[in-house]
Amino acid sequence: MDEKRLSSADELEELRKEVLSKRDPAKPIVTVCTGTACQIYGSLDVYQEFIDEVRKQGLEASVAEAKATGCHGFCEQGPVVVIFPQEICYVRVKAEDVSEIVGTTLAKGEVIERLFYEDPVTGEKIARDPDIPFYKHQMRIVFGSNRHIDPRHIDDYIAFGGYAALSKALLQMTPKQVLEEVKKSNLRGRGGGGFPTGTKWETTRDAPGEPKYVIVNCDEGDPGAYMDRSLMEGNPHAVLEGLIIGAYATGSHEGFIYVRQEYPIAYQNTVQSIEQAHEYGLLGQNILGSGFDFQVKVHRGAGAFVSGESSALMSAIEGKAGEPKMKYVHTAVSGIKGSPSCLNNVETWANVPLIIGKGAGWFNSIGTKESKGTKIFSLVGKVNNTGLVEVPMGMTLRELIYDIGGGIPHGRKFKAVQTGGPSGGVIPEQHLDTPIDFDELTKLGSMMGSGGTVVMDEDTCMVDTARYFITFCCEESCGKCIPCREGLRMLREILTDICEGRGEEGDIEAIEDIAQVMQDASLCALGTTAANPALSTLKYFRDEYEAHIKEKRCPAKACKSLTSYYIDPEKCTACMICFRNCPTEAIHGSKNMVHWIEQEKCIKCNTCFEVCPPRFSAVRRISGEPLPPPPAPGTKPVRDKKG
Amino acid sequence: MTVSLQIDGKEVKAKEGTTVLEAAKEAGIDIPALCYHQKLAPYGACRICSVEVERKGKVQVVASCGFPVEEGLVVRTRSKRIDRIRKVLIELMALDTMVDGEVAGEIKKLAKEYGADIHRFESRFRTTPTRCILCGQCVRYCDEVVGEHAIGFVGRGIERRVVFFPEKARVCLTCQACFNLCPTGKIPSETDFVVFDGFSLDDYLSGAS
Repeated sequence: MDEKRLSSADELEELRKEVLSKRDPAKPIVTVCTGTACQIYGSLDVYQEFIDEVRKQGLEASVAEAKATGCHGFCEQGPVVVIFPQEICYVRVKAEDVSEIVGTTLAKGEVIERLFYEDPVTGEKIARDPDIPFYKHQMRIVFGSNRHIDPRHIDDYIAFGGYAALSKALLQMTPKQVLEEVKKSNLRGRGGGGFPTGTKWETTRDAPGEPKYVIVNCDEGDPGAYMDRSLMEGNPHAVLEGLIIGAYATGSHEGFIYVRQEYPIAYQNTVQSIEQAHEYGLLGQNILGSGFDFQVKVHRGAGAFVSGESSALMSAIEGKAGEPKMKYVHTAVSGIKGSPSCLNNVETWANVPLIIGKGAGWFNSIGTKESKGTKIFSLVGKVNNTGLVEVPMGMTLRELIYDIGGGIPHGRKFKAVQTGGPSGGVIPEQHLDTPIDFDELTKLGSMMGSGGTVVMDEDTCMVDTARYFITFCCEESCGKCIPCREGLRMLREILTDICEGRGEEGDIEAIEDIAQVMQDASLCALGTTAANPALSTLKYFRDEYEAHIKEKRCPAKACKSLTSYYIDPEKCTACMICFRNCPTEAIHGSKNMVHWIEQEKCIKCNTCFEVCPPRFSAVRRISGEPLPPPPAPGTKPVRDKKG
Repeated sequence: MTVSLQIDGKEVKAKEGTTVLEAAKEAGIDIPALCYHQKLAPYGACRICSVEVERKGKVQVVASCGFPVEEGLVVRTRSKRIDRIRKVLIELMALDTMVDGEVAGEIKKLAKEYGADIHRFESRFRTTPTRCILCGQCVRYCDEVVGEHAIGFVGRGIERRVVFFPEKARVCLTCQACFNLCPTGKIPSETDFVVFDGFSLDDYLSGAS
């Protein structure tokens, strides 16, 4: 038997004490976010530089450690570095900044103001991450550990209380008690549907047939969504602990973690966490001396969005193509090889250790009547603070977008927020005070989904948005059933025609007709929900569809075929900025001669509109009305450069 | 074990484990279907066999080829909603199966029955008709009955296609079991036996065959 193996609750607690005893809480700890987004910004170099600099400046004895953690969530500001215990937060840190941080903050305890986060609204520089509005309004019960834990070291997870819930479940509770606790917590599936988790577990437990399987669904694929990636990368042991507890409650001894192909770090960290859990006897035979056995395998997806659908995912695990099957008998009863198979999303599993550790009562104290706990969202699009946020259910969309997200950049107007990915829909301004809750969002014609939240401003065309999501599904549907495959194909053609000025009378009715049949008759949930982006944009922005079809006008001035660019000779100061930036040399003019756009050469890339200084605002987008003629050659500006 | 259910107002008894479509067939009620084959496992792709089922007061649309009978189930094989599903599905699938302005066999019959306008979306159909509705009868028959796996699916979403696998397709020279299954007649009319001899998958996919 391996000497590392823990065979009782006491041994786990002793290990925890031992790990903690080696840490001096007074010494500074540097945590560098090494989630995928921060890695792209170079955070691994920053991390390495900390290790080297601490050594170079001879601070090994006074600095506890530099740690590469999972995603902190504030991706907009990456790479993010937090120095504990003071929680000093430095943003957009480069490797070149590290020697100064080590010499100033770690050696002398002094802060470096230029690396602080600056509030885009107030201009205030903020030193500590709990004071940053982005973090301040969140409730990070599931995602919060990410900023403390090095996901590559099980000891780190254990130091922060890891596997205590497993120990409690296996050694102090019966499987039935665990199941009852999860049922009482009213936890609902975080993958999108919001199905009660406890009920699903109970179905699998009570279903005839052996073996029973428990499965983690990490096939996240909604555009703009990466909650599951960050949990699986940043805190894989939390998911694994939840899974083992679920296995115990449902009577399963075999599990799978399905990780999509596109998540290499999540895959690596998951595989490593399983190896480490095995070494400690937290997986395998007789876990923690409880007599309970459980094995888990990692299945790497082959790169299909539709494989996130439960029956497709299980087919993929069986080695077949990831295609949905008819599910008139639920997968919880008949899943992998016809055995009862309990599939939950990454975030759902990560909630389980918290519920067992702190109790269903605690969990029920957070959230709304029908939706308990918190939800992680990836807040992206036209919003100042993009990143991952965790908020209690019941927070309004307005609080999410304005208090945490910091509102819409460049003073633009909010138009809609898209939730639920390709299965969801848009929610307009008038519903921003809706609380975040499974049922409330469904009532609005959208859905909670897995947490993708795309904010759109006035420059976003709603028909084009619908076309984007429908096109996504055209490529990502499995293509098996006719309503989904042919319905999507035709919706894409109609929406493209509308966006490109070929919309016809009757198109809106045709969209609704096809969408209804897709909802009624498609084989799986991808198909029954795939028309939602079209239906919800029609519900709230029907006038935009009508403007495209009847007036050949795009109200957002985003559809290229319906929009032209024009330089107002009254406003142009002949500053040459747009002239120099135009990629197709479509802009004519010179210093002291107002500029004009040669329409045949213009590719409508929006560059001139963006670079024209706001104090001039000479570039206009025109849609649905005739374009004024260009100025006579050699026209001198009437306005000088001072505006 | 038999269960009692009601299909279109008629009391029907059926063996537990049979599907609604089979139970209806037994009782002489015809539910149209394009991907169903009695020798093959239920597949549920064409959705033409969609029916309304009512249980505990809740009505839902299901594919009758895969939905198991149960005690007290009320089934409606025709309704406004079901007819609309079949009509729109035929209007959508007609595009891919159209040859010289007409659609083939079973689909033509259904178009008439459900008042489907096979030209409704024609102006929006911008690819070459494949003459295949991807019912998968050929693929599944070859897998499940013949056991050769000589024909299969490639691609995903709107790019999904049926292809012969060159390494296997030699057996097709003598088998030809799928030829009569094809509801659009594509396989017998387009399969040139030269294809199988020294044929490469790339050729087939690029349309060179």
